[in-house]
Amino acid sequence: MSKTLLAIGTRKGLWLATSKDRENWEFSGPHHAMTDVFAVAIDTRRDTPRLLAGVTSEHFGPSVATSDDLGATWQEPDHAPVAFPDDTGEALGRVWQLAPGPASEPDVVYAGVEPSALFRSTDGGVTYELVRGLWEHPHREHWTPGFGGKAIHTVVPHPTSSSRVTVAMSTGGVYRTDDGGKSWQASNTGIKAVHVPDPYPEYGQCVHKITSHPAQPERFYAQVHHGVYRSDDGAASWQSIADDLPSDFGFPMVIHPHKPEVIYNFPLQADGMRFPPEGKCRVYRSQDAGKSWDALGAGLPDEFWTGVMRDAMCADDADPAGVYFGSRSGEVYASRDEGEHWQRIADHLPDVLCVRAALV
Amino acid sequence: MRVTVLLPGVLRAKADDQATLDVEVAEPATLGDLLDVLAERYPALERRLRDERSTLRRYVNFYVDGEECRFSGGTGTVLRDAAEVQIIPSVAGG
Repeated sequence: MSKTLLAIGTRKGLWLATSKDRENWEFSGPHHAMTDVFAVAIDTRRDTPRLLAGVTSEHFGPSVATSDDLGATWQEPDHAPVAFPDDTGEALGRVWQLAPGPASEPDVVYAGVEPSALFRSTDGGVTYELVRGLWEHPHREHWTPGFGGKAIHTVVPHPTSSSRVTVAMSTGGVYRTDDGGKSWQASNTGIKAVHVPDPYPEYGQCVHKITSHPAQPERFYAQVHHGVYRSDDGAASWQSIADDLPSDFGFPMVIHPHKPEVIYNFPLQADGMRFPPEGKCRVYRSQDAGKSWDALGAGLPDEFWTGVMRDAMCADDADPAGVYFGSRSGEVYASRDEGEHWQRIADHLPDVLCVRAALV
Repeated sequence: MRVTVLLPGVLRAKADDQATLDVEVAEPATLGDLLDVLAERYPALERRLRDERSTLRRYVNFYVDGEECRFSGGTGTVLRDAAEVQIIPSVAGG
């Protein structure tokens, strides 16, 4: 019988939770104790899923660890798995995103990193090489750090075309390639920037998270620093879908695993007031691609003076889908019915930075 | 010449569980030269001491014969024969 694996990356290590019914969970951890885990992935393209974790020790620097036994043991190469080439003069800050590539390339894994760069692995995520085309983009010198750092925090490989990849960064915005990473185009038409004089620059937007669905790869959704958007043309242009939300500020944007019209986010009141509206913990779900939104709060607290980070919300791949999120105050909530009802399955963890879940 | 490196417990697994390393380095040698030798012998250890630009990790301290290297030339600190290099994680984190 399959079980659900939930990986929870925190400021002080990784916790793993498993459940056969998504109601009763068994936890292990901390794995990679005293590292911040900004990125975790469950690569289900293999017979035995591979776990990948981007771990950064304040003392000993960043690395990527992999596990082929669901976290019982972890491996790292002796040499740094992600490292900038000598001629760049840069050093890796941390790995922000680990994204398995398309099914047709089961050994391809992408890493989005700080400082803003994209790396690509062709050995299943063990070692990586810099994607030069993006690194040498003439816009790069104008990308600037947000409060969290200057990083490519989101990588969305096309589900069937190995030559197409879309990335997002703060700040800098959305970029996409159609030629396997040789050339990249800024893809921010329609996304508003509130932190620079020109409200609609070609690039430079503070995009917090983008997502897409394999069944509709031309459609994207974005949560931006004051803005929620949808694109129906492969991220070439964007339209606001924030009208029905209580706030257009927030970090995560999650798509349903089987329903491309269904998305989830977690609004915060404003940039200058990073709490949920009225302090109430509510996940917002749209079932019509952003035309309308509903607040989901059954089982969630009304006093919640904390936040949910950009990768700290996810869905699993079960049917009905499970939805999960973790807070900066170390709580993890799970819904096994697509957000209708919620259960707190962990508390008193360190700040939750990322979550990922899958049937294994 | 031969230099002794003292490792903190948290890093010993990256050097075959040794607490002390006896390292042969060509004379004259600096701390950077010593770390270059360690990069060959124990790359998983060395990458936790320096980044890919060969910059010392900010929160790792290197005491050369008892003196913190950042006050004596950093990676350019000259090592004497039989020098002792003690590696100690600094006070950091919360």
